[in-house]
Amino acid sequence: MARPQKPRLAVWKFASCDGCQLSLLDCEDELLAVADRLEIANFLEASRAVGRGPYDLSLVEGSITTPHDAERIHAIRRASKVLVTIGACATSGGIQALRNFVNVRDYVSAVYPTPQYISTLNKSTPIADHVFVDFELRGCPISKTQLLELVTAFLHKQKPAMPTYGVCVECKRRGVVCVAVAEGLPCLGPVTQAGCGAICPAFGRGCYGCFGPKPLPNTAALAAHWSEAGRRRGDIVRAFRTYNAAAEAFRRESEAHDT
Amino acid sequence: MARPEIFFPAVSWIRLGGLMPGPGAIAPRPAALAAALLAQADLERLIQLLARDHRVIAPVVRDGAVVCDEIRTAGEIAFGAVTEQAPARYRMTMPGDHAARWPTGPPATPWKRVLHPSELTIWRAVRRDGRLVFEPIDSGPPRRLALVGVRPCDLAAIGRLDAPLRDGPWPDAAYAARRRGMFVLAVQCTEPCGTCFCASMGTGPDAGPGADLVLTELDGAGPARSLLEARTTAGAAMVVALGAAEAPEDAADEAHLAVDRARARMGRALDTSQLPARLLAHFEHPRWETVAKKCLTCGNCTFACPTCFCTTVEDRLDLAGETAARLRRWDTCFSVDFSYMHGGSVRLSPRSRYRQWLTHKLATWHEQFGTSGCVGCGRCITWCPVGIDITLEAAAVADTAPRTGPTRRTGAHP
Repeated sequence: MARPQKPRLAVWKFASCDGCQLSLLDCEDELLAVADRLEIANFLEASRAVGRGPYDLSLVEGSITTPHDAERIHAIRRASKVLVTIGACATSGGIQALRNFVNVRDYVSAVYPTPQYISTLNKSTPIADHVFVDFELRGCPISKTQLLELVTAFLHKQKPAMPTYGVCVECKRRGVVCVAVAEGLPCLGPVTQAGCGAICPAFGRGCYGCFGPKPLPNTAALAAHWSEAGRRRGDIVRAFRTYNAAAEAFRRESEAHDT
Repeated sequence: MARPEIFFPAVSWIRLGGLMPGPGAIAPRPAALAAALLAQADLERLIQLLARDHRVIAPVVRDGAVVCDEIRTAGEIAFGAVTEQAPARYRMTMPGDHAARWPTGPPATPWKRVLHPSELTIWRAVRRDGRLVFEPIDSGPPRRLALVGVRPCDLAAIGRLDAPLRDGPWPDAAYAARRRGMFVLAVQCTEPCGTCFCASMGTGPDAGPGADLVLTELDGAGPARSLLEARTTAGAAMVVALGAAEAPEDAADEAHLAVDRARARMGRALDTSQLPARLLAHFEHPRWETVAKKCLTCGNCTFACPTCFCTTVEDRLDLAGETAARLRRWDTCFSVDFSYMHGGSVRLSPRSRYRQWLTHKLATWHEQFGTSGCVGCGRCITWCPVGIDITLEAAAVADTAPRTGPTRRTGAHP
């Protein structure tokens, strides 16, 4: 009996560093199983062969930063049954959303010898600001485990098991001694969504917030606690302005201290 | 159903001790089946005796903190560690004058990690010849557990966990397997920490029921000496096997005085008289909103708590759809998804989540299990990243005169 046609996978890149796409290649042992279950129709990082749409599952990496990309994402949406954004860039605008707090033209003329060739938007925006997104995978980069969970859930038509609680939950399950309490380090774990497995606290560093804000995060109370501990306003602004600077909760908190 | 009272017999001597603090209060003591005077070298022999047929867990130093982990020799125990504990602050030091003494205060990680693992695969199913075959995974530890160096608050916490997880109508197989044949050496407290309030909760600084051996460090010049008292026949057998020096008659009095002095030096206190009723009379108290403004809803209090035992389950499939596994993980009533039912979460506001935790711990736990869910270890105060203090929050709510009319609503109100 002939096997039914395999679902077709496409991977797309916008403004990003490619690290999240690389997580798919990084699946190593499971990569063959993925290739066995899905037809990899478009994945330039893995193959030059580009298969035409439509696609059953599109993984979109990167944020929208140019007028051209703002058009391109609509074509991808039209060609995709399920569209999943992968990584901080695609879900919140990424590190390049730092431009959202300044005038991007000042930087273009400072960086490029012929700035007139540069066509760019004032803000770096997440994919969901432009088209409907079926699911978002957080992280800078995404977690390989979560990516496999997503693909597995997609194949079996299930809801993926993805945590929405904070990093502290993973940290405590792992038995890590809290770096905020035991060492007085600034840690974004209490307001950041889980998914990374609390990597940084496990290696003696505070959480940098790579997975973006968890639902209903109390960033104000965390910032107030840092202020009481003597941290300067500039440090608080910088803590919230990294890979998810434009994520609503982090943006609001950094702006509250940026005067 | 086995009532919790069976495992918390009317131990009036604990209650008496808890309710009548002060250095002058002499509470009746449980009789020791055997007693010995322990030198440091004896302790190494004790660990070796236990390690023959137990997996020995004790407080050790890791990442600048005292945590509970497996040991092979007494030398691995965190002797000499002094922990400074305050709201949102924990610092461990090794002052020279404390060298041979047990680490002060409750360890950073609760002992429940050993008995109630944070992550556990509870079953696996495989597709075999077109049929689903379920395979049980957890058959418990290969060796019996021996917990060494358990502080009285944590000893009481094991009793609190026993009620739902071992002695209740739906025992937890993984917990019961770990608990079976477990040996416990408790160390009574002579130096409480800044966040300790076991005296208020009637769980310390003297060790209640549940220990096979109870150790008390004795003061005085010269090499470190401890009084080792057996509370069970297993403990007595260990004392005999050790062959340590017999304890002089006044050692028990000396130990009792040292522990009683600690009772008067608790970092914190909580008035527990009629506490459940006083808390439940104030479901709409403005203090819940005040504390919610500060609460990060991270759940660290629940993970640090030695009696919080909530879990969630996640099903995992492989890509091929040939094997499935059910993973059980620690969960917390502070996460939004914890109360998710069809249509959404019923405790969306941080106010309702904090109130749920505090009132369950200090009030409705009594309705379920006949005891408080709090043992006064103070971990939730120390490990809260913003230093919310359960003793202050409970008092602020409970010390308010009740309003007239019904105050406890029955429906969900996020």
